[in-house]
Amino acid sequence: MSEGIDEGLRSKLQQQGVWVTSVQELYNWGRKNSIWPLQFGLACCAIEMIATAASRYDIARFGGEVFRPSPRQADLMIVAGTVTKKMAPQIVRLYNQMADPKYVIAMGACAISGGPFKQGYNVLKGIDRYIPVDVYIPGCPPRPEALLHAFMELQSKIDEQKLSGANKAAHLEPEEPSEFPVPEFGKHDLEPPANPNVFRPPAIERA
Amino acid sequence: MEGLEQIKARIKAAVPGAKIDIVPNPSPANQPSLVIDNEHARDVARFLCDDPALRLDYCSNVTGIDWLDRSVKKTVKVKKVVDGEEKEVVETTEEKLPGYLEAVYHLYSMAHKHGPVIIRMRTADRAENACLPSLTPVWRSAEFQEREIFDLYGVRFDGHPDLRRILMWDEFEDHPMRKDYREPNDYEYEPTPHDDVLEKAKGHYTSRPAEEELKPS
Amino acid sequence: MTATVQTLEAMERPPVSMGSRLEGELLEVSMGPQHPSTHGVFRMNVALEGEIVRKLKPVFGYLHRNHEKIGENASYLGSMPYTDRLDYFCSMTNNWAYALSVEKLAGIEVPERAEYLRVILAELTRLQNHVSLLGFLLNDMGAWGTPLMYAFRDREKILDLFESLSGSRMMCDYMRFGGCRVDASPEWLARAKKIADIFPRFVDELEQLIVGNEVVIARTQNVGKLSSELAVSAGITGPMLRACGVNYDVRKVDGYGFYPRFKFRIPLGEHGDTYDRLMMRILEMHESVVILKQAFEQIPPGPIINPKVKIRAFRPPIGEAYGRIEGPKGELGFYLISDGGPNPYRYRVRPPSFINLTVLEDLCLGHTVADVMVILGSVDIVMGEVDR
Repeated sequence: MSEGIDEGLRSKLQQQGVWVTSVQELYNWGRKNSIWPLQFGLACCAIEMIATAASRYDIARFGGEVFRPSPRQADLMIVAGTVTKKMAPQIVRLYNQMADPKYVIAMGACAISGGPFKQGYNVLKGIDRYIPVDVYIPGCPPRPEALLHAFMELQSKIDEQKLSGANKAAHLEPEEPSEFPVPEFGKHDLEPPANPNVFRPPAIERA
Repeated sequence: MEGLEQIKARIKAAVPGAKIDIVPNPSPANQPSLVIDNEHARDVARFLCDDPALRLDYCSNVTGIDWLDRSVKKTVKVKKVVDGEEKEVVETTEEKLPGYLEAVYHLYSMAHKHGPVIIRMRTADRAENACLPSLTPVWRSAEFQEREIFDLYGVRFDGHPDLRRILMWDEFEDHPMRKDYREPNDYEYEPTPHDDVLEKAKGHYTSRPAEEELKPS
Repeated sequence: MTATVQTLEAMERPPVSMGSRLEGELLEVSMGPQHPSTHGVFRMNVALEGEIVRKLKPVFGYLHRNHEKIGENASYLGSMPYTDRLDYFCSMTNNWAYALSVEKLAGIEVPERAEYLRVILAELTRLQNHVSLLGFLLNDMGAWGTPLMYAFRDREKILDLFESLSGSRMMCDYMRFGGCRVDASPEWLARAKKIADIFPRFVDELEQLIVGNEVVIARTQNVGKLSSELAVSAGITGPMLRACGVNYDVRKVDGYGFYPRFKFRIPLGEHGDTYDRLMMRILEMHESVVILKQAFEQIPPGPIINPKVKIRAFRPPIGEAYGRIEGPKGELGFYLISDGGPNPYRYRVRPPSFINLTVLEDLCLGHTVADVMVILGSVDIVMGEVDR
């Protein structure tokens, strides 16, 4: 991972008690092991999120136990539960208030796509219509182990982020937006119903 | 607790001019209800709440129901003279019945521990005359539930202390629990193999009971 | 707290007799929907005079996920998993209330063993609901984390039972019209009995921790007093009603299930304040254990589901029914209208925690803003049920 150094040499040095690393690796190692989630629950999944933080599953083993009530201090938003159209503008606002770098886990079927409540007139069909999502976990609700798995996926994603170069992390690109427009309450629906810059569903091709 | 007929007679004695009908309930639940007219609704409610024998001091559940406009087909056999000969001819007449919105209150007594007595009120139509008297002054528990009916069904409750939308946002204009509500088409439709199964299953559905049986009353 | 979006209407200024406090304007604060202590996405618009609440308007609908509309379009059995997600702490009692209403509507008998299983599961649900409520309530009072960890430790034991019986920790989807889905093995019953036996020890531990605790007493006694007249008129049910001294428990009044066969007492409060509401939960947990012990002794062998009930193409006769049970939060009722079709014409949930919030403003007026959180916590709401 540290680019300039040969892996074999590195391992040889390590056997001699010399630990060689790069700034990027050290930086990402620190970041990924102290992710502070936003203390913010929406529905059923929030209870499983609390169970994950409680003594049995203990998210503290992964460095994510510091749930912050303020979005200004949080790195990670776990969208835990059904996002209703009435709640969606608040969630986008909370996301906008978080400081970069920030990550989003869509926890559960509802946050991914509306899930079992997809037919509902007041249910947003997936939070990825308005904000970018890093990790999706299915389940209704996902078990605490699944949330831990998503957390580890996010950690490996952070670990691979580049600090420099052409494909460096998005939060280091000044042109990449870190805030997204907040939808407004319309007469029949949210306006707009989705943010086309964020929401690009794959086209379904069928034979 | 006394029977519904007896309650009806006592209401008529206590609230002069009140029009009360009993709605039978054919299901095994056997919970018939009373339809009360809108002008005397609050007096009737006050009577039910305060009467020492009934003492229905606890209004458990308040909810709305949307009954759409419907047409009842009647087939009558009429004797007619056709080509100089008397014949029995089947004639179908269609009668249009206007729809209405209904509010249902489930009343119990905490003092005597009996119940339920179910009362219903009906609006004149489903549009501009969708008005009912609010029973919140009698039972405080109706406050949020009547607001919910206002929000989701569009029934205006006269005399409600704080009639605003409760579940949807204020700018919202529709009444989504109505049967003819069309929700915004905002989800990407994805065909699945299940669609074919559903299409095949349709052939096995038994037909619905006739329209006349649809409604209690 | 987020920025105020929706403003309150013009309000009357209170009389200017504020003693030593500074005179000033009323301050409008929007608490929620994202707030660490609103138990989900609940929002209150409060008008504060200094720290004293002068006006409070709850704002609902942030978790309104159209349960009733979906219920009208789904088949009768298809709504059963949705009821799990109403009050997501108590899926078993939600299932029971719905099954009971449909059984009333269609006139279905339930076998004896199934009724016993339902009682056992409902009382286990009551235990885990009350225990997590106490954890959250103490969390709101400032005992950050610790009581909640203890509460969830013991909740997990009951969730394990649910999981081994139904396959899911929280969303059990266990009951069916005319019975239950899977039978409990003798090993399961033995395990459940063991947990019911050791549970009072944990409740006692929690009780010792909080009953005489000076901070808890200072924060809860005489805070949020509710009179019994207002409680009855406002349709308050469950522990909150009984904390005001009104003896009304659907388990005793309706005698649904096999509750008349069990000997148990209904704890009653005296003052109707937050402390009584808190104690009501602790006393109810002891009574639940009493019921559980009797149920484990009495449960007979036999079938767990009425074989006459159609699973496919289930169509109740035309008519309507209202069925209710005593859920952990209060009277949970389902009102169903059948038009003879495969799905209900009207499907209505009577949510206890929504109606219990009717008096929230009355409880909070005159208290400090910090007490609002404690009072709200003692009402015991779950947003899935409040907004549906």
